Amino acid sequence: MLRASLVALALILLAPSAWAVAVDKPLADPALEARARAIHKQLRCLVCQNQSIEDSNADLARDLRLLVRERIAAGDSDAAAIGYIVERYGDWVLLKPPVKGGTVMLWLAPLLFLALAVLLTVLWYRGRQAQPATAATATPLDDDEQARLRKLLDGDER
Amino acid sequence: MSEVSQREPDPAAPRRPWLRLLPLLLAMAIGAFLFVGLGLKPKEIPSALIGKAVPAFDLPALPERPPGLKSADLQGQVSLVNVFASWCLSCRVEHPLFMNLKALDVVPVHGLNYKDEPQAALAWLDRYGDPYQRIGADRKGRVGIDWGVYGVPETFLINAQGRIACKHIGPVSDSDLQDKLLPAIEALRQGKEPKC
Amino acid sequence: MTAELGHYALVLALAVALVQGLVPLYGAHRGEAGWIALARPAAAVQCLLIVVAFGALTNAYVSSDFSVLNVASNSHSAKPLLYKITGVWGNHEGSLLLWVLILALFGGAVALFGGNLPAPFRARVLAVQALIAVGFLSFVLFTSNPFARLLPPPVDGRGLNPLLQDPGLAFHPPFLYLGYVGFSMAFSFAVAALIEGRVDAAWARWVRPWTLAAWCFLTVGIGLGSWWAYYELGWGGWWFWDPVENASFMPWLAGTALLHSSIVVEKRDSLKNWTVLLAILTFSLSLLGTFLVRSGVLTSVHAFATDPARGSFILAFLFVVVAGSLGLYALRAPAMRGGGLFAPVSREGALVFNNLLLSTACATVFLGTLYPLFLDALSGQKITVGPPYFHATFGPLMVPVLLATALGPMLPWKRGDLLGALQRLKFAVAATLAALFLTLVLAHDGPWLAIPALAIGVWMIAGALEEAAQRLRLFRVPVAESLRRLIRLPRAAWGATFAHAGVGAVVIGIVASSAWQEEKLVVMRPGEVLSVGGYEVTFDGAAEFQGPNYTGVRGAFRVSRDGRAVTALQPEARNYPNPPMATTEAAIRTGWDGDLYAVIGDPTGDGAWSTRLYHKPLVHWIWFGSLVMVLGGLISLSDRRHRVGAPARRTTADAVPAAAEGD
Repeated sequence: MLRASLVALALILLAPSAWAVAVDKPLADPALEARARAIHKQLRCLVCQNQSIEDSNADLARDLRLLVRERIAAGDSDAAAIGYIVERYGDWVLLKPPVKGGTVMLWLAPLLFLALAVLLTVLWYRGRQAQPATAATATPLDDDEQARLRKLLDGDER
Repeated sequence: MSEVSQREPDPAAPRRPWLRLLPLLLAMAIGAFLFVGLGLKPKEIPSALIGKAVPAFDLPALPERPPGLKSADLQGQVSLVNVFASWCLSCRVEHPLFMNLKALDVVPVHGLNYKDEPQAALAWLDRYGDPYQRIGADRKGRVGIDWGVYGVPETFLINAQGRIACKHIGPVSDSDLQDKLLPAIEALRQGKEPKC
Repeated sequence: MTAELGHYALVLALAVALVQGLVPLYGAHRGEAGWIALARPAAAVQCLLIVVAFGALTNAYVSSDFSVLNVASNSHSAKPLLYKITGVWGNHEGSLLLWVLILALFGGAVALFGGNLPAPFRARVLAVQALIAVGFLSFVLFTSNPFARLLPPPVDGRGLNPLLQDPGLAFHPPFLYLGYVGFSMAFSFAVAALIEGRVDAAWARWVRPWTLAAWCFLTVGIGLGSWWAYYELGWGGWWFWDPVENASFMPWLAGTALLHSSIVVEKRDSLKNWTVLLAILTFSLSLLGTFLVRSGVLTSVHAFATDPARGSFILAFLFVVVAGSLGLYALRAPAMRGGGLFAPVSREGALVFNNLLLSTACATVFLGTLYPLFLDALSGQKITVGPPYFHATFGPLMVPVLLATALGPMLPWKRGDLLGALQRLKFAVAATLAALFLTLVLAHDGPWLAIPALAIGVWMIAGALEEAAQRLRLFRVPVAESLRRLIRLPRAAWGATFAHAGVGAVVIGIVASSAWQEEKLVVMRPGEVLSVGGYEVTFDGAAEFQGPNYTGVRGAFRVSRDGRAVTALQPEARNYPNPPMATTEAAIRTGWDGDLYAVIGDPTGDGAWSTRLYHKPLVHWIWFGSLVMVLGGLISLSDRRHRVGAPARRTTADAVPAAAEGD
């Protein structure tokens, strides 16, 4: 039986210090360091699952941070430095999935959802307008209903 | 219900009947995916290097335990590369299998000693046996990154042209060996595409 | 013995829930008063039995009874009493028991306070509630028994994860569950209404307080969780778009939409169909969250250790609940035609607009969360959908709905005038423009998107305040009259004011803290001074120390501003032995302008330490705003109409709103 615990067991086994914060030696040039840090935030830590390597203190995350710093210091562009990691670990490490093949739907879907929601709403409004007057509209309120209407409106509105 | 129809003579009987079935159908489809999802292994990240040549590397041997391991050593015959370390507990679990492979001379197994103290690694091999032909000591883990290693143990199957054919993540179990690795090795030797 | 007592009580509770789920339902169908009347006592008894079971487990924890497997695996005799108690729900089995307990408490509350509901309707609600309990009680008893014994008992327990030994996290799950389970009430009311085939203003009034309460709890739960992540995890983040976080966020979005759409049902007798669907979906999303967290189908930093058998069980249960209710919906929805007509630009129209965008946003979060699973199932490809995706999609979807929060309450029912509403918001417009100008001046080097984003928050707060001022007729009538209005006017409207302003504060906190955060990641030697966010921070070195059940390192920073000492910061890095784990305790100094946040890392040799220092402008507004939102919910909850009860159900034509159409 697996023991339940609020933090995934794998995390505990593989990276006992994954939660402790990572602080390592920055590059001397602040501009390069800033670029390296921006790249760290886009790469997913492999050991600790849903964190960026920036946020993880796992050993491998630290190695990858150093590697990115090296590539940047060696004159790589941001894309080349990211590409270097992706070549080795695949698209999985990208926290922002690239638009290609299987992810087209992912990126299009919010627009489709919105279009669908707007369409349904418009159809609904139009359908209601097209409805012929119901019996209810034709029947005037009786006194009892008038009183209830007043009571309702008084209670709830300014 | 009679009350309802009385209240609303319902001028347009259900205009879009499919619409009210839509939530149910969608939920069913999602449920099917979730069911499939139960059988998936989201924690296993497939290697990006399958079908590619092994990365260029040249690692020294452990002290007084030659030879070391370099890319060229993986040319010419089908082989396994096992990423191991003395600090890795589950490496001990799979270790007897590799000892067996060596004893039966099934396939050459090379070791990639990942981020380990050389003395600790030697002591570990002393204690649990040394099934490896060659061992490369990757003290800084840089070669491991080139191989896309993210958790130890990992085992790579290399074809005779020095390309990575399969990758197994985590300890190799007996059934992994029988059902996956051995058939794949056989396929490679016959020049076929391995399934793994 | 107490463990067996608890186990036995649970078995009995399952039996009672079965009876409560079937007999009143059938009784209501047949019109048998006696069978209907069974619902209330059954709910009370079921609730009592589960309280006994929960008490038994708590007792085992408090007395450190390690012959109970669950206690041995998750507790330790050296733990402070508070964490012995909160440890009860710090694990899979115990947390499920808490789930069931809350479910039963809600059922008991309906039995107790549901006097204003017609008996057959109440019987149906309680029956549906009991059927949900049957599912969860079976889940506990058959897959996750918290009372299993461990013989011989170990000398001591394995201890609670040190991350959970924290007040923020200790109380985060109960609030979350109160929220999730609270939405089961909306679900039960919706299903009961579908069975009866009618939804009207009275229904909307009955269901509203439960939904509001659940929403408040869930907001507190999510807020606590993010606050905990902020101060405990040590890198200053508070929301990571992790699957488990999204699992709690989706019901929140759907529940927020539900709160808005049910207003239309109540006031205008329209949107019934959609509101019932939303009620079903909101609870379904809560269940989905439970499935995601406990089945391991997605990788998450949180997640309970998982077990496929449990995953299958919850999935099967989820399927029964969702397919059953949506099937019923497909059958019965057409019977629930709405009455009141309204133009797209109107109060109702604004609420529809809110629903349109919130559901689109919820669907987007859903897709982003589950897409890796979908793709893996279809093609075996593994990808990551991380925060950048949600920022790029969820963010823009929120903009229109946030903008509309100020306008909506200014629009009259049925037909409104957008320009007129804007004119009546002239002070809010002016405040927003002023904020735009001011941020442009202060932050002239960008980031550009943050400037209008910040203005949205200002717009929401100013809009809410101006609407409130108009409701009070502030400065247009004597102050005494305004005060009288403050007390006399319905509280629900005040609730909306607070909630909307609270969201505005959250928006400002999010935008300011992420756009203008200053972050220094440096190796510091004792005596070194660093300037962060206008403060000078002096490092005085770090020393090891011994805590009650851990060892650690404590760094010492002195903070000053313009030469005057402000405070001292002492971040810690701790090492817990049982179970072995390292945690960071960030030192945070909250000022009016934001937080100064310090973390101590590793020594780098010769007395130097790696450190992280952040200045996060206005970050505390995020939690302050959440509290204001909850306050809004509570004010709304205290509205007179929830206390005096719903109006009598109409038996004749539902003519009120439609007849008032002419003007």
